[in-house]
Amino acid sequence: MPISLLLAVLVALTVAGFYMGRSRALAGFGGKAVKLHSLPAYYGYYVALWCGIPALFIVAIWLVFEPSIIRALLISSLPPEVQSLPANRLGLVINDVRNLATGNATSVTSDPAMRTAASYYAHLKFVSQVALAILAMCIAVVGIVFGRQNVKPEFWARNRVEKAIMVILMVSSTIAVLTTIGIVLSLVFESLRFFARIPVTDFLFGLHWSPQMALRADQVGSTGAFGAIPLFAGTFLISAIAMVVAAPVGLMSAIYLSEYAPRNVRAIVKPLLEVLAGVPTVVYGFFAALTIAPFFRDSGLMFGLNISSESALAAGVVMGIMIIPFVSSLSDDVINAVPQSMRDGSLGLGATHSETIKRVIVPAALPGIVGGLLLAVSRAIGETMIVVMAAGLAANLTANPFAAVTTVTVQIVTLLVGDQEFDSPKTLAAFALGLVLFCITLVLNVIALSVVNKYREQYE
Amino acid sequence: MSDLAIRNVGMTSAMDATTTNSQRVAAGLKGRYAAERRFKAYGVLAIAFALACLMLLMWTIVSHGYTAFVQTMVRLEITLYPQDIDPDGKRDRDVLSTADYRTPIRQAVADLFPDVQGRSDQRQLDALVSPGAVFLIRDMVMADPSIVGKRVSITIPVSDDLDQLNKGYINPNVAEADRKVSDKQIAWFQRLKDRGLIETNFNTILFTMGDSREPELAGLWGATVGSFFTLAVTIALAFPIAVMTATYLEEFAPKNRWTQLIEVNINNLAAVPSIVFGLLGLAVFLGFFGLPRSAPLVGGMVLALITLPTVIIASRAAFKSVPPSIREAALGLGASRLQTVTDHVLPLAMPGILTGAIIGMAHALGETAPLLMIGMVAFIVDIPGGLTDPATVLPVQVYLWSDSPERAFVERTSAAIMVLLVFLFAMNAVAVLLRRRFERRW
Amino acid sequence: MTTTTQIPATASALKHKRMEQFEPSVVARKVSVFYGEKQALFDVDLDIGRHEVTALIGPSGCGKSTFLRCLNRMNDTIPICRVTGKISLYGKDIHDPDIDVVHLRARVGMVFQKPNPFPKSIYENVAYGPRIHGLAASKAEMDEIVLTSLDKAGLLGEVKDRLTEPGTGLSGGQQQRLCIARAIAVGPEVILMDEPCSALDPIATAKIEELIDELRENFTIVIVTHSMQQAARVSQRTAFFHLGVLVETGETEDIFTTPKDKRTQDYITGRFG
Repeated sequence: MPISLLLAVLVALTVAGFYMGRSRALAGFGGKAVKLHSLPAYYGYYVALWCGIPALFIVAIWLVFEPSIIRALLISSLPPEVQSLPANRLGLVINDVRNLATGNATSVTSDPAMRTAASYYAHLKFVSQVALAILAMCIAVVGIVFGRQNVKPEFWARNRVEKAIMVILMVSSTIAVLTTIGIVLSLVFESLRFFARIPVTDFLFGLHWSPQMALRADQVGSTGAFGAIPLFAGTFLISAIAMVVAAPVGLMSAIYLSEYAPRNVRAIVKPLLEVLAGVPTVVYGFFAALTIAPFFRDSGLMFGLNISSESALAAGVVMGIMIIPFVSSLSDDVINAVPQSMRDGSLGLGATHSETIKRVIVPAALPGIVGGLLLAVSRAIGETMIVVMAAGLAANLTANPFAAVTTVTVQIVTLLVGDQEFDSPKTLAAFALGLVLFCITLVLNVIALSVVNKYREQYE
Repeated sequence: MSDLAIRNVGMTSAMDATTTNSQRVAAGLKGRYAAERRFKAYGVLAIAFALACLMLLMWTIVSHGYTAFVQTMVRLEITLYPQDIDPDGKRDRDVLSTADYRTPIRQAVADLFPDVQGRSDQRQLDALVSPGAVFLIRDMVMADPSIVGKRVSITIPVSDDLDQLNKGYINPNVAEADRKVSDKQIAWFQRLKDRGLIETNFNTILFTMGDSREPELAGLWGATVGSFFTLAVTIALAFPIAVMTATYLEEFAPKNRWTQLIEVNINNLAAVPSIVFGLLGLAVFLGFFGLPRSAPLVGGMVLALITLPTVIIASRAAFKSVPPSIREAALGLGASRLQTVTDHVLPLAMPGILTGAIIGMAHALGETAPLLMIGMVAFIVDIPGGLTDPATVLPVQVYLWSDSPERAFVERTSAAIMVLLVFLFAMNAVAVLLRRRFERRW
Repeated sequence: MTTTTQIPATASALKHKRMEQFEPSVVARKVSVFYGEKQALFDVDLDIGRHEVTALIGPSGCGKSTFLRCLNRMNDTIPICRVTGKISLYGKDIHDPDIDVVHLRARVGMVFQKPNPFPKSIYENVAYGPRIHGLAASKAEMDEIVLTSLDKAGLLGEVKDRLTEPGTGLSGGQQQRLCIARAIAVGPEVILMDEPCSALDPIATAKIEELIDELRENFTIVIVTHSMQQAARVSQRTAFFHLGVLVETGETEDIFTTPKDKRTQDYITGRFG
């Protein structure tokens, strides 16, 4: 029984449970709903919860552990010479078996051992699914029976149901925490495996990055170099260019919109800036590669400058354009949070509007503005598609904005897109880079958010 | 000016001080107003720059992309000889689907140009029509096997290079070696045009087909369906979890360390780069749970995690905007806290929550990088039929096409972006309307 | 005026009875203010005497603050606000095209209801006005202005050791005196005070009132107040506003002892407001 059908059956059982519980509450006691402690529907919910929750829980647990158990069983059934293969080769064999069993195999293999394994795999899958279906449905039915038995007029169904729902709400609120834990664990574990092969210091302080490792030892250039400094430098160069564009433009447009612009101008410009914010980054990447980069290259030629067509400048400027609305809306918020009394105080002393802004409002809003800029920096550092499409691939340790540089995110993408073996240092390096990226942005975010929050409290 | 006024009322020593002050203020005024104007001009410039960028971006996309909505076609009279296609005459589907449809097309083109001789010229002649035309004919025959043996008139796409020539992207006046179509091909194309066999039709292929290596056969439908499945998973996961989390945090959670931790966590997750979520998906969903690569299911799960913080934050704001008096009123009538929330607070907060959810979904629709991590970047021709079929999504399709060297893919990339932007704007417009429609002042 | 009314102590008002002749520095004629469609002030005629304290009293929303804000054109900062009529400062119309609003506000300073020191040091708060107007040619001159202003505002003794600390760290009353010092530092001719004590405790209020009395030596002061006692204590002249209309004006003592208008009488006897 496929999972989707099983889920549908369980949902149907749960709904049935609801009606059974409710009808028992209603009819079982001479139809006098008045005597019930709770509304009849709560008795229905109560039975439905007993039916649905345990069964779904079992299904979830089963699905989590099924693949690894089947894999272990499958491996133990394989011929010993296959079993003793190194882990990555074994993985390939198991993949083949799986493909063979599901009929996705690209080449028809004649190896009888493989065929046996495939049919064994299919058999295991089938047994597992049948077992799961029977178990889950039994639990659901038992749940209904048990729940129904509890349905008595004096039973506090509502309180039980509310307690259960509260637990569900609580569990769902932990998903955010689980996500963070998941991110940290997956990055740390894969990175540790990477650092087991490449020393941390080589990675963090090495000046040379060329992750292309030969598949066979006898190929040329078989030793990859994993010094990430050029990537960090490239990331910061592009982010810095982006901020040079976004910070003044975003800040000044926020100031103009919140302090000078007539209401109708504001009503038009703000949504337009939001459009700029809503454009997907892949579109900016295309824009950078198609329009901005050639423009910079050609205008560089006019002045006798050699600007690469994958220059850091083009990627940085376009990234800056992407960040303008972000900076602008954050600055707008903090500028509007400065109390009107500050403006009045300054204007009442005879300051001009711009003097008030420059000497009172911006200094007062400065923590919030700085926090917003830090968030923008973190965004620039983590931005991927623009640099993937418009920046270079080759690591290049330079501060020249006209040269092509590569970034951390570009390398993560190039290392992980295409052929992948899960254990090669090349793939693992992507996780190490991801860990660095996560740490840097996390630190920036924590600082920025605490600065912004403190600033908010100051004026609330 | 003010000096005069002051002299009228007589002078005192205090007045002297203010007079000199007054003079000093007057002296500085000119410069200060110049600074005021400069400052204001910077603001106008900043906004003009931002809006100019927006214009340039839109203009780039539209000017490159609008031609992709039409496709140059050639009308051919093709004779489907049974001996080529179905020698046994059994109309067996396997035979029909693997039959040689290339020869009839070649023959039909050659019939138009009986004067063309020589292998090299004939090869160039064959290159006039799209190599994918065989599939169109095959589909036609499969749909109606009775046409075998008949002479059919059909329009098929010309090759992408001729299409670009027809749209004016290839300049016939540059040296022959520098362009992708030869002089002969240009001449033949002109002859076809003169005979009225060239048509420029609405590009239905773009909207009905999956991806293809041939630009003239590449369509967005596969990616659109992939996006649909992916977003369906995203919203099915993110919306209930976000609403439940927001409900718990705003209405029930005690204010303690743990809830504070959850809050800090949510705020930080909202600012974690999306590519990191892609790594999470790769390591956990694919690596640990063994879910299939390239599947909308996994893509949707990753995007759900990405949008979750946004939707939670929006939902919490919506809960906060419901005044406490509503809660007090319900509690005062003897409703339980949960009943208060489900019967009163949640319905009132729903427009705000929905607005946040739609904006979150719009973000998810445009998200690319994390999906590259979980393999949704594969070249996939088939239209996905389910949540676990290999699929790609619209922004990834944009990325894939933008990477293709053919000139014709530039306009298709732009067209794909236009389609993507239309979806995004539509979603945002719905969000704005929702906000306007249900905006409440308490 | 009947005997039942408890007249607040008018000692200080009596003390200043020596005003010989009335010499107006600000003259308002037929001043009306509109917020969009709504008229907030109706044809106000008022003369404000030089180097004396004029109190504007009246119930909430009567237009007294609105009128005050007309005097240095602070209402210009509210987009929907429109002012008609004529206000002249020493004979010159403040709405005249050749009067600059920045210049005007340097001459007519303002202190607000809630103390609003800038989030800067005490020194910088006071130096702000002179700095933007370019009143000090040197650091020494600036120090001089700041210290004198703080001294005049009666704050110097309390803050002279911590001039570099943020002005927002002071107590409410000190903040308000800092704002007064800030206004004095520009050397204005007129100081407008919009309920300067409404956010302060009685002790701080007393200090400010004392200060206002001293400042009268050098400045023309217009004060909006909610409290009739305060008006009686600090002012020489009082104007009573009601529903956007200037009901009655005259010497403070007269207003409080022998009001001519029924509405004034009702207000000061506490029948409404």
